[in-house]
Amino acid sequence: MTLENLKPVIAETLPNCDAEAVTLEARLIPEVCQDSLDTVELSMALEDKFGVNVPDDLMATFGTVADLIAYMSEHGA
Amino acid sequence: MKGLKLLATGRALPSQVLSNEDMSRFVETSDEWIGGRTGIRQRYFCAEGENATTLAIAAAKRAMERSGAAPEEIGCVVVATSSGEYVMPSTASTVHGALGLPEDIPTLDVGAACAGFLYAVEVARGLLLGNGKRCALVIGTEQMSSVLDMTDRTTCVLFGDGAGAAVFALDEEREYVSVQGTRSDPAIRSGCPGITRQVPMTMDGQAVFRFAAAIIPKCVQDLFAKGGKTMDDVDWVVCHQANERILDASIRRLGGKDKFYKNIDRYANTSAASIPIVLDEMNEQGLLKEGQRVVMVGFGGGLTWAGVMLCI
Repeated sequence: MTLENLKPVIAETLPNCDAEAVTLEARLIPEVCQDSLDTVELSMALEDKFGVNVPDDLMATFGTVADLIAYMSEHGA
Repeated sequence: MKGLKLLATGRALPSQVLSNEDMSRFVETSDEWIGGRTGIRQRYFCAEGENATTLAIAAAKRAMERSGAAPEEIGCVVVATSSGEYVMPSTASTVHGALGLPEDIPTLDVGAACAGFLYAVEVARGLLLGNGKRCALVIGTEQMSSVLDMTDRTTCVLFGDGAGAAVFALDEEREYVSVQGTRSDPAIRSGCPGITRQVPMTMDGQAVFRFAAAIIPKCVQDLFAKGGKTMDDVDWVVCHQANERILDASIRRLGGKDKFYKNIDRYANTSAASIPIVLDEMNEQGLLKEGQRVVMVGFGGGLTWAGVMLCI
């Protein structure tokens, strides 16, 4: 998975986030996901799109967008 | 196909209105926090002398008056509630007495949490098919304030009290499609009013959000598959009002944004009462018109879900 693959998912799922402005260094919470419900929505969308389940408690441990992308890539996305 | 025609609706609300700011006097919270996460701005709580029974009776009387149905035409009273005044007598039997309905009909309460109203509709239809009577009085009523833990800021701000009622008539020509389901999971749990202090309400918010945001689209798609319809064939989608963000997440998956009615900002989550309260508001505003196809989806504790698609 790349940042470019992730941006459309963010754009469709998180209306309060400017997907185009998201960088690899951005903090997943709160820069991309503003609260815990955003992380659930993003996790569900990633599972729909890429077939990779990211448990809610694991989402909360990712520091940056790069961490999330690394996890998704390791699991085949 | 023996479907149900919606003859009339009614609703009743308690006298106390509490804003988010009012709630911030009980627990550490704010309008920004509650509104941002749920869309809720206020809720109704019962005052002295008000409860799920009094609300149910008031809503039922309004629906009966508007329906034009004679008491003798009512073939059953089914009440959905998880916060009734008593386990025995049932709320339904008390409503039956208050409305002076005939003795030769069944009355019962249905406990399926926030999906309860649509379970009650299904039960009522089955009872009418069995006893040959024409009309059913179906009610959703809740005094959620009686089962809340008012020290838990993650749950006590989410719920409200209220009741909605509907009178349906069995109709040979009407379409009726329904689905129900259960995933045994105690993600939402509360004691009945008598043991609330021993078993306070608890809820795994993230798990419930994940469940609800997935189950609404599934329920709608299951109804469409069963009934051979698509979103283009539907005029309104009436979902249980649990959280505006759950509704918005479902809309993103399903489309049809303008078909979803929302009123959670003014009532909060009234559990089994939310769908009939929405129907009554829509009726009052003249939004529901003869022949329109309406999809209704309920979901909640159990975890349970139910969907009904019918033409009104």
